[in-house]
Amino acid sequence: MSLDPATVRRIARLARIGIDESDLPALQRELNGILGWIEQLNEVDIDNVEPMVGTGHAALRMREDVVTDGDAREAVLSNAPDTAGPYYTVPKVVE
Amino acid sequence: MTYLIEGRDGPWELVVGLEVHAQVISQSKLFSGASASYGGEPNTHVSLVDAGFPGMLPVINRECVAQAVRTGLGLKARVNLESRFDRKNYFYADLPTGYQISQFTHPIIGEGAIEIELADGSTRMIGITRLHLEQDAGKSMHDQDPARSFIDLNRAGVALMEIVSEPDIRTPEEAGAYLRKLRMILRYLGTCDGNMEEGSMRADVNVSVRKAGEPFRTRCEIKNVNSIRYVMQAIEVEAVRQVEIWEGGGSVDQETRLFDPARSETRSLRSKEDAHDYRYFPDPDLLPLVIEEAWVQDLAAHLPELPDAKCQRFQDEYGIPRYDAGVLVAEQATADFYETVARGRDPRLAANWVIGDFFAALNRTGRTIQDSPISADALGGMLDLITDGTINGKIAKDVFEEMLESGESAAEIVERKGLRQVTDTGAIDAAVQAVLDKNPDKLAEYRSGKDKLFGFFVGQVMKAMAGKGNPALVNEALKKVL
Repeated sequence: MSLDPATVRRIARLARIGIDESDLPALQRELNGILGWIEQLNEVDIDNVEPMVGTGHAALRMREDVVTDGDAREAVLSNAPDTAGPYYTVPKVVE
Repeated sequence: MTYLIEGRDGPWELVVGLEVHAQVISQSKLFSGASASYGGEPNTHVSLVDAGFPGMLPVINRECVAQAVRTGLGLKARVNLESRFDRKNYFYADLPTGYQISQFTHPIIGEGAIEIELADGSTRMIGITRLHLEQDAGKSMHDQDPARSFIDLNRAGVALMEIVSEPDIRTPEEAGAYLRKLRMILRYLGTCDGNMEEGSMRADVNVSVRKAGEPFRTRCEIKNVNSIRYVMQAIEVEAVRQVEIWEGGGSVDQETRLFDPARSETRSLRSKEDAHDYRYFPDPDLLPLVIEEAWVQDLAAHLPELPDAKCQRFQDEYGIPRYDAGVLVAEQATADFYETVARGRDPRLAANWVIGDFFAALNRTGRTIQDSPISADALGGMLDLITDGTINGKIAKDVFEEMLESGESAAEIVERKGLRQVTDTGAIDAAVQAVLDKNPDKLAEYRSGKDKLFGFFVGQVMKAMAGKGNPALVNEALKKVL
């Protein structure tokens, strides 16, 4: 598999990363290198092998339905670049 | 009933499927211990998990899983003992992690069905494709500041059930009936309050049109419609729009649209460039969700009686017509109210009063069954007075109005106002004679064959007795002398 410049531009856009046209060839080369490396996995024969979804415990542990968290607005807002009273704020987004 | 859109080149058929987002009733969120209750101060029902802080790990809420299973059982659907969670990736300011945890390839609930009933009494089965658990997003406010949007994450991470129907719906009416029935089932189960105005149930509507016998054509998705009436309107106008495009030689683009009720039109919502590229992948923080068959059976054993079963039981047990049973089971509180009134009494009389005067009184006073001014026991007490002959049906209506006003019991009102029915035949005969004496002309007409005047005489006698005469005895006395 290999990515063309248009696909690299699209991936960047979906990830909301602004990139310079001049950076495209380098990024394309790097991404293709990563994909090529991972594609080596295709050489492994996995016929008749159940997909493995994790290690250790086979299933999700569940918790009881009780309120144990929240009420920590200061902590929640502590890393926000901008706030207004009790709210996070972001540059206006209107569809 | 067929619903066809008359195009220039002939009729078009409508094809609709619905995706309903139903907020799960639970104390805490799907993957965090923050409160899931509505209406807290902004950003107080938020844990660091919900706010997407680094290193925070989701832990699933057992009750939310149970609610999904209950709902699946209520929809007669397959429960998948193993399901998985995936990340649905998109950027929006009220989605702090940049992905929604959802179930894409392995939902917890598989195929099921809902039976809907239409205005003409016919029924249809609408297939359910799947139900899966996912997180709600936060809320953005765009009108607080000229340059900024404000974000409240209280809803972020609250559990939602997305319930997807098959494209089996063929008319706007069927869409409405499907949503009402689904909401009824959710409310009976206690898994979602079904309140569309507050957004705890919302619908995405997939609409396409085709000529009879054709395979499906391209569909459009109308997002986040928040009332049943709007869903029906949106389907109508979207279908007309698509017919015009096809007939004009164009083709419908698959896209997300928004319904604007004020202008009764749908509009394109997102640029096609970004449409539906969610890059789903299995959430590496979450192992497969594995539940035990025995637990599912235990949940099934504790389900409440559902509307269809209750409707059938009301017909069998109380001998009331299907229509009446349907009206009474529409809400669990109404059904319970009716059963309290009907217990040990004439169930048909009870149904007539609950559906008739009682519902009318609630409507008129703007009250609901929960804060009804007349309790089921009080209404039952009044019916007892009718059945044992203390009051007649006409006086009962006055007593009922008085109960509504004063909150007194029927017996108190009857005593206080002396409304006890007159069964003394002497008094009735006297009243009959007085009426005949006063209307010699009518009497002559009656005797010369104008039988219809019998009703006039009954009315006059009842009037003379202030409505308190026993109608059967009055009829009998009149027949005797006439």
